[in-house]
Amino acid sequence: MSFDASSARGDLILTRITKEYGDFKAVDDLSLTIAKGSFFALLGPSGCGKTTTLRMIAGLEEPTVGSIHLGETDITTTKPYQRPINTVFQNYALFPHLTIFENIAFGLRRRGIKDVDAQVNKVLNLVELPHLAGRKPTQLSGGQQQRIALARAIVNRPALLLLDEPLGALDLKLRRQMQIELKWIQKEVGLTFVHVTHDQEEAMTMADTIAVMNEGQIEQMGSPAELYDNPKTAFVANFLGQSNLIKGTISGNDGDSIVADLYGQKISLPKHRSHAVDNSIYAGIRPEKFRISLLNTPVSGNVLGGGHIEDVSYIGVSTQYQVAMPWGQELIVFEQNDDGVAPFKKGDAVNISWEPVFTFALRGDEDVTAGSEVNPEVLDEE
Amino acid sequence: MSKKTVDATIPTIPLTARFQRWFGRNLIRVYMVLAFTYLFIPVAYTFAFSFNDSGKSNLIWKGFTLDNWKNPCGAPEVCTALANSIKIGLLATIFSTILGTMIAFAIGRHKFKGRSTSNLLIFLPMATPEIVLGASLLSLFLVFKINPGFWPTVIAHVMFCISFVVVTVKARIASLDPRLEQAAMDLYANEFQTFRRVTLPLVAPGIAGAALLAFSLSFDDFIITNFNSGTVTTFPKFVYTAAARGIPAQANVIGSGMFFLALAIVIAGQFVNRRKAR
Amino acid sequence: MGKIRTPYLLLLPGFLFLFTFFILPIVNLAQTSTQTPIAGGDTGQYEQTLRFANYLDAFLENREQFGRSFLYALIATVLALMISYPLAYAIAFKSGKYKNFLLVLVVAPFFTSFLLRTVAWKQILGEEGFVVPTLRTIGIISESTTLTSTAFAVVMGMTYNFLPFMTLPLYASIDRIDPRTLEASGDLYANAFTTFRKVTLPLSMPGVVAGTLLTFIPAAGDYVNAAILGSPNTKMIGNVIESRYFKIVDYPTAAALSFTLMAAILILVTLYIRKAGTEELV
Repeated sequence: MSFDASSARGDLILTRITKEYGDFKAVDDLSLTIAKGSFFALLGPSGCGKTTTLRMIAGLEEPTVGSIHLGETDITTTKPYQRPINTVFQNYALFPHLTIFENIAFGLRRRGIKDVDAQVNKVLNLVELPHLAGRKPTQLSGGQQQRIALARAIVNRPALLLLDEPLGALDLKLRRQMQIELKWIQKEVGLTFVHVTHDQEEAMTMADTIAVMNEGQIEQMGSPAELYDNPKTAFVANFLGQSNLIKGTISGNDGDSIVADLYGQKISLPKHRSHAVDNSIYAGIRPEKFRISLLNTPVSGNVLGGGHIEDVSYIGVSTQYQVAMPWGQELIVFEQNDDGVAPFKKGDAVNISWEPVFTFALRGDEDVTAGSEVNPEVLDEE
Repeated sequence: MSKKTVDATIPTIPLTARFQRWFGRNLIRVYMVLAFTYLFIPVAYTFAFSFNDSGKSNLIWKGFTLDNWKNPCGAPEVCTALANSIKIGLLATIFSTILGTMIAFAIGRHKFKGRSTSNLLIFLPMATPEIVLGASLLSLFLVFKINPGFWPTVIAHVMFCISFVVVTVKARIASLDPRLEQAAMDLYANEFQTFRRVTLPLVAPGIAGAALLAFSLSFDDFIITNFNSGTVTTFPKFVYTAAARGIPAQANVIGSGMFFLALAIVIAGQFVNRRKAR
Repeated sequence: MGKIRTPYLLLLPGFLFLFTFFILPIVNLAQTSTQTPIAGGDTGQYEQTLRFANYLDAFLENREQFGRSFLYALIATVLALMISYPLAYAIAFKSGKYKNFLLVLVVAPFFTSFLLRTVAWKQILGEEGFVVPTLRTIGIISESTTLTSTAFAVVMGMTYNFLPFMTLPLYASIDRIDPRTLEASGDLYANAFTTFRKVTLPLSMPGVVAGTLLTFIPAAGDYVNAAILGSPNTKMIGNVIESRYFKIVDYPTAAALSFTLMAAILILVTLYIRKAGTEELV
């Protein structure tokens, strides 16, 4: 065997990786540790460097500077076939001239493993496609090809499995189903998965930890809930779901809370949710955290008054409102349709309120549009 | 009132529109029939006259016979010429396919200094009229006191076939998804194994196609051969020389035979492809 | 390090071969073209005197054949384009499941020797063939008119012989056109003719360029069609080069003519490619 499986296992550690193509820095001084056994997602728009990072881990590219370690072993410059790492390629890259069986057996045969038949059949059963062993890849549906690509990789029991937009070519329904299956398989085989995607929903469904990448760097890393509830940058706030970002200044302190002034109206927010560096901030609130009320209704928590309903879109489980505020900004509000209350109408004068704990604060010098104009669904393959 | 709606007739399409539709649909078919007739007239003629009980000169229809097919080597020299053509064709195919495939891999798979010059060097022989290729090569052989003949002809054929092989194989290499080779490397195949197990099998149909093309180009070549073959007679050369007095019917037998053989190979190839795709 | 050398190692044998048997001969041909006969020597003995006037002499002496070569090749190319385009279009878009079969049919005539087919045309168009008597009976041609040994026969033979060189590249580029673009054009108020002119034709331009080159180049240098189907009045430059070589043993003139032909074709091709704006031919 060309590598010793036991020594090259453990956490994957990227240390100060930079990858340059001419003048262009695809990955810029990136450091990252991926814990053994975790399901890790690299999330970002196309061109953010996530695929380049993945290719460097796979050995298909070499970093310009920096090192990659798997456990104790330095694998920065080893060839792809010398690494205990396998990839599920975008569009699968199944060998069209080989049968499904031979596709899956490919890696085993190259490593000179003895009981090829048993292992291939076992993994075919795992992906529930044992009856397709004799077919050619072109005779399979997209979903079936996806599973075979996965089987071809995991049959080698790699220390690390890389998934490069593995579900991009599937339709929405199949994608949902495969997301759940992939996660199940990851638990079943207990491998480390590194998943590259531009689809925030996919990343949030599957991964334990997400690293949001932008312009070759990691913007923020954490669990899906952490990233969503407490984004550190406007890019993360906008790229993962939607956010209302309102300009303001910090005007005081109140124990564990900060008091901020948003266009003359005072609100408060927990201190640990502020990422501001000075008094200038953007206060961020997710649309579903807002409540709308007519002017004479009593409200609690933070309140912003003087709004007018500008637009109403009914979308089944919820209703989406655009509320025009006195300072000219339009805020987006999602209201669950669960209280039997008649929805608000266009033109209604309303107050907007929310619980202070849902507020986060970003630096006041941020570009509020960062991450919002990239529509991940449209910008597909890189 | 209700009766009226029941009686409503299906609206008819006006006659002129129907005529236009028929015309549009069938004009192209009529055209294809005419075009293919044009393409096949000489083939059919050659085939028909292979059954002519012609004697020496195969110019006028004199009656049906199977004798020519039973004894295709009946006319003097025709089979010697055929054998020469096949020998030259096979040798030219082997050498040009090997050399051309290597060049195609270099240009199609690598980035290197001088790549566009290489492309130009491949393009030039194809843009040079055959008569110039043939004449210039003969001049060179004469300078080195090499007599035209069998091997000079083989060399000449390899020379003009290489470019066609390169272009054909390169097209196949270009259509290859680089991710397949990356996947092989990812699955523990080293460079050599990747080439042998993935790249080569996937490019093979292109190489086979290039070899077939090279053989048919070599087999059918007259102009370059005429300059470099000296006293060696190939099949096209035989036909050209015999044309003045009327070619023997056995040449028609061989021409028709080649036609059906090649057709069979192409159809079998397509059949195999379809089976493989399954 | 090996990686950098690999492409050169792969190129080496092939390019060595092409250098020896393509470049070197062309250089040698250039050298031969300025030679003159050795005074008092045998036929076929020449010495280098750098007589560039050979070119002028050769050209002036044979300008008729030059003109004819390019004229015939041009007509044959245009005819082949006119015949091939609808054919390629029909195979690409209207043939359904018979596509592959029809493509084989286009190539199939090639499998019968090129010379056999040309000789067949000679006999079909000849006095004993069925075409001439039929046309005479209908009265399209007069009793004294013949079809062989005419420019018509030569051009027709060339058109015929180079037709697949036109059809196949045309087919390849028409087949790549997404039929939805044609529907979109119709949807955007273009009639069938405008659609063809503004969408189909521009999209198939690479095929048109490749096809016309693949037809024109061999046609301009051809002499087989002229030799079999023509007469002394339809001689092309190829016939002259051939007879200079084999019958008159006048190597310098033959070389000068070859060079002029090659240069003329290369210039025309370059201008044409510039104009057509397609550089990816190879």
